[in-house]
Amino acid sequence: MKYSASGRKGIGRIALMAVAAGMLLPVIAASADQGQAPAKDSRRSGFEFMGASTQAMQVNEALNPGMLWVKDGEALWGKAVGKSQLSCAACHGDAAVSMRGVAARYPSFDEGLKRPIGLSQRIKLCRVNKQQAEPLRAESQELLSLEAYIAYQSRGMPLAPPADARLKPFIASGLQRFQQRMGQLDLSCAQCHAERAGQRLGSSLIPQAHPTGYPVYRLEWQGVGSLQRRLRGCMSGVRAEPFAYDAQELAELELYLAVRAAGMKMEGVGVRP
Amino acid sequence: MPDIEFSDSRLGNPLRRRLLKAGAAIGAWIIVSPALSASEDLTTAISHYTGGAAALPGRVKLDVAALVDNGNTVPITITVDSPMTASEHVTKIAMFNEKNPQRDVIRFSLGPRAGKAEVSSRIRLATSQKLVAIAQTSDGRFWSDSIDVIVTLAACIEGDV
Amino acid sequence: MASTVINVPANARRGEVIEIRTLIRHTMETGFRPGADGRIQPRDIIQRFSCRYNGEQVFGAELFSAVAANPYIAFHTVATESGTLSFHWEGDNGFSQTETAKITVID
Repeated sequence: MKYSASGRKGIGRIALMAVAAGMLLPVIAASADQGQAPAKDSRRSGFEFMGASTQAMQVNEALNPGMLWVKDGEALWGKAVGKSQLSCAACHGDAAVSMRGVAARYPSFDEGLKRPIGLSQRIKLCRVNKQQAEPLRAESQELLSLEAYIAYQSRGMPLAPPADARLKPFIASGLQRFQQRMGQLDLSCAQCHAERAGQRLGSSLIPQAHPTGYPVYRLEWQGVGSLQRRLRGCMSGVRAEPFAYDAQELAELELYLAVRAAGMKMEGVGVRP
Repeated sequence: MPDIEFSDSRLGNPLRRRLLKAGAAIGAWIIVSPALSASEDLTTAISHYTGGAAALPGRVKLDVAALVDNGNTVPITITVDSPMTASEHVTKIAMFNEKNPQRDVIRFSLGPRAGKAEVSSRIRLATSQKLVAIAQTSDGRFWSDSIDVIVTLAACIEGDV
Repeated sequence: MASTVINVPANARRGEVIEIRTLIRHTMETGFRPGADGRIQPRDIIQRFSCRYNGEQVFGAELFSAVAANPYIAFHTVATESGTLSFHWEGDNGFSQTETAKITVID
């Protein structure tokens, strides 16, 4: 599908400006009241919306249950699989070196599918195409362990979705979806996570919905899960038919969320309620 | 495995009789034991543990967040004030709850080699309730601490995704 | 073999009280929970944990369904001598696992 280059760029730029304005407006307004120069980033990780004991569970590797998945991922990294009998290490060597910063640069544009894909999809494609092994099911323990291990190599680094012009239309699509009401409850992501972040839904504090902690050990799941699972869970929560795993719609949302959170620190395997 | 109706886990004796009738095929958890009786209240469970002896408030500190993020995983720490010497130490610590399907949560056995009577774990709480920690010292006495915890449900009920 | 994360200081001074923290991967199915079909899922939990220091038990725990999934157990022990700490978990459906860690005790 061909797009008018300037038209698409225009929409993309406006969309990003709208996002930036939406995020900064409350801070600017508050600062203006006090007569000070606006400077602070008002974005807050979901980490800051949790109780102290849950926060401690995340930051301390001896307490973080997600480290069990990281450990499994480390073992899988070195395991020869498929017709190729290649392990991840055979091509990528030491993950601490080769995978450093990689998770921070996802979702990225895939040449084959001609659209953005998330890290878990990249792992799945590598598994089938390069390793010639059986595909890994979405949310399978093997896939989550590898994703956790790779995301762990980017801990502390700023989220940096690629500045790839080909991603622009998909970012715009993701933004539109973020603002789109859906489900029987007729709620959009933006209504809770942009307009009402910091307020409560039931007794739970509503976070801003930044993806910095994924894949995450969620206490509600009592296990590690991906951002895709969380998005599907939210859709189910508003009684909408969730997009299928690896659907383009989920990739676009993931991409938009990454752009919206660009520069925020990645947290390795986060812990969330 | 035979069908077992669990419309209310606190049905008490009638439920126990049906389960016992259903026989040994049900599985390990129906082994008759004071700790497993759904009808037993907190006081009775503690009394079973102490053999009827009183548990004096004090020396034990039960550390739990007053408002938990999620009842599935609640960090707890129990500390007992004790020199932990050969002649004066904590021998065991147990934790009980008020409203889960089962009163027992976790039990620990210590000795002078512990050096410090402080244990931690993470537990499940079905709802807001009282938690009690009981410790026994080497002189045979029992000590206790209790705390009320507020547990909230996740705001969004998600399907099997 | 379930994954474990065991945190023991590699070195300690003789007589020092050290903290040991353990995590093990296990669903801890309570035996009270209905599955998607409405039937109660059978219990599958770790029931016992123990720590031995050069063969002698220095700590034990009895776990019930109320212990959270992927059980975390932390406790203390006195660093008496160099050697091996061994950790043992066992439970329903024949679950049994032992892990070890070395400790060097310096005067």
